[in-house]
Order: sequence, then structure tokens, then C-alpha cells
Amino acid sequence: MYDFAYHKPSSVADAVKLLAADPDAKAVSGGHTLLPALKHRLNKPSSLVDLSGIAEMRGVRREGNALIIGALTRHHEVANSEEVKSAIPALAYMAQHIGDQQVRNRGTLGGSVSNNDPAADYPAAVLGLGATIHTSKRKIAADDFFLGMFTTALEHDEILVAVEFPIPEKAGYAKMRNPASRYVMAGAFVSKGPKGVRVAINGAAACVFRQSEMEAALSSNWSADAVAGIKQPADDLNSDIHGSAEYRAHLVTVMAKRAVAAAG
Amino acid sequence: MNAISLFGQSIRRVEDARFLRGEGRYVDDLAQPGALHAVFLRSPHAHARLLALDVAAARAAPGVHLVLTGAMLAEAGIGGLPCSSVLAAETPLVKPDHPPLALDRVRHVGEAVACVVAETAHQAEDAAELILAEYDMLPAVTEHDAALAPAAPQLHEEAPRNLAFLWHKGDRAAVKAAFAAAAHVVEADIPNPRVTCAPIEPRAAVAVPEASRLSLIVNGQNVHSMRNQLCAAMKLPPEALHLVVPDVGGGFGVKNVAFPEHVCLLHAARELGAPVRWTARIGEDYAASAHGRGLHGRGRLALDAEGRFLALDFDGVAEMGAYLSANGPHCPTNAAATAMGGVYAIPAIHMTVRGAFTNTAPMEAYRGAGKPEANYIIETLIEHAARATGQDAAALRARNMIGEFPYRSALGMELRDGNFAPRLKECAELADRAGFPARRAASEAKGKRRGFGLTAFLETARGAFGEWAKLSVSPEGDVTLAIGTQSNGQGHETSFPQYVAHQLDLPMERIRYVQADTDLVAFGNGHGGARSLHMGGEAMRQAAHNLLAEARGRAARLLQTAPDTLHYAGGRFALADGQSVTLAELAAEEPPLEGEARHALDLCTFPNGAHAAEVEVDPETGECTLCAYTAVDDYGRLLNPMLALGQVQGGVVQGIGQALLEAIRYDPESGQLLTAGLMDYCLPRASDLPSLDIALREDAPTEANGLGVKGTGQAGCIAAPQAVMAAIRDAVGAEITMPATPEKLWAALHGR
Ligand SMILES: Cc1cc2nc3c(=O)[nH]c(=O)nc-3n(C[C@H](O)[C@H](O)[C@H](O)COP(=O)(O)OP(=O)(O)OC[C@H]3O[C@@H](n4cnc5c(N)ncnc54)[C@H](O)[C@@H]3O)c2cc1C
Repeated sequence: MYDFAYHKPSSVADAVKLLAADPDAKAVSGGHTLLPALKHRLNKPSSLVDLSGIAEMRGVRREGNALIIGALTRHHEVANSEEVKSAIPALAYMAQHIGDQQVRNRGTLGGSVSNNDPAADYPAAVLGLGATIHTSKRKIAADDFFLGMFTTALEHDEILVAVEFPIPEKAGYAKMRNPASRYVMAGAFVSKGPKGVRVAINGAAACVFRQSEMEAALSSNWSADAVAGIKQPADDLNSDIHGSAEYRAHLVTVMAKRAVAAAG
Repeated sequence: MNAISLFGQSIRRVEDARFLRGEGRYVDDLAQPGALHAVFLRSPHAHARLLALDVAAARAAPGVHLVLTGAMLAEAGIGGLPCSSVLAAETPLVKPDHPPLALDRVRHVGEAVACVVAETAHQAEDAAELILAEYDMLPAVTEHDAALAPAAPQLHEEAPRNLAFLWHKGDRAAVKAAFAAAAHVVEADIPNPRVTCAPIEPRAAVAVPEASRLSLIVNGQNVHSMRNQLCAAMKLPPEALHLVVPDVGGGFGVKNVAFPEHVCLLHAARELGAPVRWTARIGEDYAASAHGRGLHGRGRLALDAEGRFLALDFDGVAEMGAYLSANGPHCPTNAAATAMGGVYAIPAIHMTVRGAFTNTAPMEAYRGAGKPEANYIIETLIEHAARATGQDAAALRARNMIGEFPYRSALGMELRDGNFAPRLKECAELADRAGFPARRAASEAKGKRRGFGLTAFLETARGAFGEWAKLSVSPEGDVTLAIGTQSNGQGHETSFPQYVAHQLDLPMERIRYVQADTDLVAFGNGHGGARSLHMGGEAMRQAAHNLLAEARGRAARLLQTAPDTLHYAGGRFALADGQSVTLAELAAEEPPLEGEARHALDLCTFPNGAHAAEVEVDPETGECTLCAYTAVDDYGRLLNPMLALGQVQGGVVQGIGQALLEAIRYDPESGQLLTAGLMDYCLPRASDLPSLDIALREDAPTEANGLGVKGTGQAGCIAAPQAVMAAIRDAVGAEITMPATPEKLWAALHGR
């Protein structure tokens, strides 16, 4: 770890100010992604802006036909929220299957979505449900938010404050875990609801993406069989010691099928 | 004697109270406040010429006391750590120099290039980044076969074609003749991938300068041989170096040997007159400690028309890494040969092994060290033979198992005891092999594949031969046991006092346990090769005998009687008339009261058994679930059955890990290590495992030691890989190599 200054603001406005004042400052929420990177000296922020003291970024609430979940809400809280479990059980299920217990007790929705790790779980839910990201500056549709590997539409001095999840008719999530890291090898989050039929694929490529062929098939026939025959092209998929692009392409179809079956 | 003998009691581990409360004392806990911190700058390249190393800025950095380079060590007369392996080889073992810090060439990613010593670890890391190392990249080769090919990049001038050695053993002509006359011949490529020991506690050490010597607090497994290695590199007499090992968080082989980092720490402490500490980061251990296994080759088995084994031939390549670690060349050759052919009567065996230098970390013993490889070869060939001849694999095994003892193996091992065929039968019953077809049908109804594997193993346990123990009685009646074996988590602190208490008929609480300190232990061969209770137990037995003989003589003099009129029980020698004297009184009367023993016993023990695995494979993803694991094993007499079982369970899990999950991978182009930690190197977790159903039998005690015990330490990982792999092949109906990753199984099931 390199030396850094540490700030703990208590409002979004103060946090934004601190970030705006220092181009090398970094926000930190649960720290479960950022701190390991710091320990390995892979990242050299001049200061850390700890968001964990900002009360307005916490909690789950229902507003009309949507759930609004504060960025600081931990995976464990989402997994166990009665509100989430009744409105979007697939989201609670997804959160319950992130990492391990320690990770779920520290990691946050905002940290995960801002980080946009290709192998993370949350981006699939956000894109697969057609959620809207509330930041300190604006609202961004999920379709415009995830730009590439570890890259999002967030600007340097922009904080993810909450995510608004429209409540779907049906939704389901299935993933296969990388045997070593237990992150996602390939996963699919599917939903049918106010944002139409959506199929978001994570783990398989450099960035979470929508599988439009599967969406079209499910729009006319919402069933696991409808996607079973659709082959994901292997071009541009990840290939590493844990799985070739061809294997991941195959898994995309299997996971989509399972996600639809889980959605019912 | 005790009403209930302590021998055979599952006494709980006394050390666990300490470990579970976080009160274990590990190297990193022991550095004195103010000790300086060492950090190593390591090669980012697999193979390069080191053209220049500018450490001026690092030396001037805040808090820095010293920056060591290879040139400085050479100037101080410090050389490389020696490789102690001895091979009777056709092309003799080449032992290239391995300077503790690179001189003008680096040969693997992670090779240490400089050592920075500063007041804080932070400062040392900052300063290490200021070192300017100029490299001229060379082509690298990380794959053993490629390394032996004619045009491969050369690692060492003295080892043309990267050949470290060419070794063979056995009667080549007899094997050739047997194959010529065979009714059936099966052959297979049998790779055994490179893996790593992955102890939870990384390597760590503190070097402390003392008045007339250096002291090294280190998490090793063998203080005396590590001291020898370090003294050889540093040109020191043994009395100039004191080694002591506190609690250790696992070793599994890699901590048996000294490492270049230890040399640097000692030299730095000597130069600075101050203690210097270092704890490896996980990535440093993965890249720059040592790996294990990595023996790959072609096996052939000849059978007669009735399915009797006639001959076994193996022609393979052993990965050596970029440099030779102390036991690297020994494991795939001498050690593997002891178990070649496993539990089967095979009249003719021949093996050829070529050692290959590659741009990778050195190879060292890993739990089993050659024996897992040897057993995996014969057990895999038997599976092939069963398929090729249409026979039941268990029947084929049973027919060929050694049944009469002593049995002299074709490679010269003298097996003295065992009940091999009954173990196989018992394991099949315990695993409900008969019920497998129904379970398979149930899996198939869910769209899954199911497989069953039943295999055997032979361990040839001894490690380094000879051991020492000393028992000293205090005037208070406490007995201190000092011994040259070493626990690094196995529970000797419990089981060894248990045995001494049993021998001396004293409560266990009266026995103190001392190990792993060259000041307190006169001689010892440490840990390794499942030797501790075999070698150490015999030393304790003899020491106890000597102690009681000495004490009896003294008691007889004191009580004015003949020694054999005295009855000994509970620490007291008594006459029929009630007159008596205790060990404590004898010790107080004329200190010291001691019993010491040093033996040169060189016999092996032959732990053995049969293991069954049952797996279910999801054909859609290739994911494999280990549904059941059963074993019936023979470790001779059991001193502490619970600890013995724990050893077997741990070994089995490491074997399962090797079969399903683990492999060290390098990028063949760049030579970069792709598995530099647990994000990519996959260790088994509890959730990957079924409950292990392990039965231990005591019907074939060994006479190789006076206790009747056989080594439990390595057996599990010698036994498990073949059982799991047989089950997987049964499930998918195809040849699969370790580790059986989901993608491999999926590809096999879909004909890719
Ligand atoms: C062992 C382990 C296993 C894991 N397994 C999984 C897994 O299976 N699946 C999975 O999805 N994740 C997994 N994770 C990651 C975990 O979910 C992380 O905690 C999460 O991705 C990031 O959340 P965080 O709150 O810890 O973020 P931090 O580490 O605090 O921050 C991550 C990044 O996001 C930025 N950031 C944080 N909060 C905000 C915000 N509100 N606005 C703007 N930027 C912000 C930070 O500057 C940083 O760049 C694992 C982590 C570990 C350590």
C-alpha cells in the first residue's frame, strides 16, 4: 500500500467536493475491491474519500413500482431485505450468491456497480432489470452506464447514490462460478416487466451486455426452450485458463436457460 | 502401568487451545520491536540478462539501511544453496549455481534480484521501486517437452538441451522381453501437473545477530538440514548458526528446505548488527518458493492372457524448474521408484526419467513426493487395462495384488506386511459399490452422469533415516522430551507426550515437549516422508527404555537391592515390602537423570489401502460434484486414532484438490505465472467435499519400528487422485487428465 490521505465526509455534497478538489482522490465504500488493489500497490490514490458515513446513501425503499436501493447497502442487507425478497426475489437471490459471507457483509451495491468488474454479479442485475442509476449529478439508464471493462459513465467527481430497480413481472438469475475465485465465469440475469424482456450476460465478456437474440426469442415465447437453441458467438468473449471463449459461449446459453427456468 | 493404556487413545490436541484462541506464536509474531524489514525486488521476466542494477536511489531512500545485490553477496563469499539430491544417473545430475540474488541472468519470474532492508516494510517497498534494473529479454521456455527440444532456449551452459539428468532404474531387458511375450499391452500418456503446497502461512523468517553467531527464527520443517544448507551457502561452521522454529502454519514439503531469502536475511543482519525480518506475500510464495509434482510421461503395462501383470514401463520427464531445489531431482526418481508398481506383484519394472530445466520456479517435495506420481501411473494403467481387456477393474486389481510377504519389488523394495486385497473388498462394501447402478440411474434420470472409481495405493514411508530423542527428568518429576522430528501442525505436541507418558507410565501433563531448536535438539531429521512417528517413535521408545534402565540401576543402588527385584509403575520403583523411590527423587539425588537414543533405522513402513470416489457430472457445464468418498486404510497400530484420521483426511483433500482443481500454470509465450494466488490457483474448499468416510484397520502392524506404526502423513494425497480420476473417467467415458476442470469434462462429453 502507498500512503494516502483519508477523509470521511457525512454528505454527498461534501464527498463530491473532496473528489472534485483532487484528481487522484478515490471513493471507497466497502473496500472489498479497492483495498486488495491498494495492498498490491496496483492503485495509488492520493486520498481516499470514505463514503460509509453518508446516511442518505443507505437503505432500501419502495417507491411506486420500483425499489430504490442506496449505494451503501451491503450485499447481505439486499439478500435479507423483506422488501427486496417480496418485490424482486431474483435480486435478493443474486445478492445472496455474491462471494462469501465476509464479502457480503462488507461489499456494497454502489461499489460493485461503480467498479463494473466483468465477472461481478450486480451489473447483470442492474442491466437485466433495466435499472436507473442515481448519481450525485444525474440519472443514468443502465443501458448507458456500463461502458467497458471496469469502465462506467461515472465521472471522476460523480458518486453513485442509489439504484432504482423497476419491479418486474418475472426475473431470474443463474451463473456458473469460476472454481478458483468464485466470481462469475458466465451468468445471465433475465427479466420481463416494465422495461420489456431483458437478458443481461455477465462474466463471459469484457463488460456485461444484453443478448438481443435471446430477448427477441423470449419476447415471443417466455420459456427456457426458447433460448436453448440460441448460440452466443464466441468472438469477443473472454478466454483464460479457467475457460475458453468457446466454452463461455456455450455457458451463456445454459445460464440463460436456467435463469428463465428460475424466473418461472 | 496405567489402568487404560494411553496407546490407542484419541486424545484431543493440547495445542489447539492455543491455536483456536489466536495465541499461536508464528514467526511474524516473534520479531522483536525495532527489527528491520526486508523486501525483495524480483524479476518480472521469465528469462533475461541482467545488464545493470542501479540501487543508488534505493539506498538513499528514507529509512533504508541496506540494499543487497547478487554482486555484494558474491563479494562476501556467499554462494548458492546446495542441492543435496544424489542420483545414480546415466547422464549425471547437473547442479547449476543458484546465487541467492541474481548475478547477471534471471531464469524465472519472481527470481530475487535485490534485497532492500529498511525501518518499515513500507519504506523497503518504496525503495525497491526506485531500483533500476536493466534487462535484456531472452526467449523463455516453460514447458518441459519444449525445453528438451533441440531449438529450445538454453537456461544453463552446463546443461545442454536443458537436460538436468537422465536416470533410469530397473531391468530394461527383462521388461522388453515381457512386453514382447505379453498377451495384452496398454499404454497411456500420464501427466501429473505441477502444483504448489500452498500452506496458509507464507514463508517468513527473522535473522538475529548474536554475540558470536547468527540466529534464524524461521517457519521451517527441518532445522538441522536447513542449517546445513545455509552454512554451506554462507561458508559457516554449524555452531555459527542457530535455527529455531516456532508454530508453523503448514508446510507440506515446501518448508523443508532453506531458501535464498534466508541467506539474504542472515547476511543483512550480520552486516547491520540488527535483526531483520521478512514475511513473504502470497504472490512471492507462488512465484518464488517451490512447486511440486510435475512428472509427465508414457506408461505401459504388459499383461498375460489371464490378466496377470507381467511388466511395467515408464518413460517420463520431470520438471526441475530453473534451478535445483534440495530434493527436486530426488522426488521423481529415487522416491518415485520406491512405490513404482504400487500394491501389485509386477515381475519386471523399468523407469526412465529425464529432468528438464524450464523458466519456472524450482521443484521441491510436496506431500507424497514421487509416491503420488508412481501410484497414479500404475492405477491409471490398470483402468486402461480393464477397459482394453473387458475385465472388471476391481477384479483385475485383486488378482494382481501382492498377497505374500515379504515381497521384493522389481525395483528392490522389500515389502513386509499388508492386507491389500481385503482392503479393496472392504472399501467396495463400505462404498456400496453394489448399489452404484441404482444411484447412477437416479443421476441419469436428472440428466446427470455418475461415475464410480475404486483404486488402491502403496505408500513407502520413511523420509530421512535415523532419529534422535532425549528424555530428561526434573527433580519435580517433570519429563522433558526433546526430539529431532518436527510438527508443523500435525499434533506431535499431543501425540508424542502421549507416547512417552505411555512408556513411562506417567500422566501426560508431566511431559514437556521440545522440538525444532538446534540449541536444544542435538540431532534430527525433521519433518518429511511420513517419518515422524516411525523414526521419532522408535527414538522415543529407545530413549524411554534407556531412561528407565538408568533409573532402575540408580533406584536399586539407593534401595540396596538387585535391579530386577524392583517393580516400576507410575513413575515409582518399588520393592515388595513397600520401600520405593520415584523418578523425581532419583533426579533430585543425582542430576541429570536422562535417557537418550540415536538410531540409524532405515526401514520403510508401507501404509496402504483402497479408496473409492463417486462423482456426478453436469453434462451441460462439465461441473463435477464429488458425491461420496470412502477409504479403508492400514497404518499399522494407531497411537492416537483421531490424529491419524486427521492426517489421512487432510491428505485426501489435497489429493482431491489435485484431481479436480489445482494446477500451476505459466503462459507458454511470456513465461508469466498465471496462477499467482488463490484468485486463479484453485484450492479445495469444505463446500467442495462430501463427508469423508474413512475406516482404519490395525490388522497388519509393521515390525519396522518397535511401535508397529506406519506413516499417516502423506497417504491421503497418494491415494486420492487416482480414485477421483477413475470415477470421473467412469462418468464421462473418456480419458481426462488432472485437473479435471469443468471445461475439460464438458469438452470430453461434447466430443471437442
Ligand atoms: C474474496 C472476494 C470475493 C468476491 N466475490 C465476488 C463475487 O463473487 N461477485 C461479485 O460481484 N463481487 C465479488 N467480490 C467483490 C465485492 O462484491 C466487492 O465488495 C464489490 O464489488 C465492491 O464493493 P465495495 O463496496 O467493496 O467497493 P470498494 O472496494 O469500496 O470500491 C470499488 C470501486 O468503486 C468505487 N466506488 C465505491 N463506491 C462508490 C460510489 N458510491 N460511487 C462511485 N464510486 C464508488 C471505488 O472508488 C472503487 O474504485 C468479491 C470480493 C472479495 C474480496
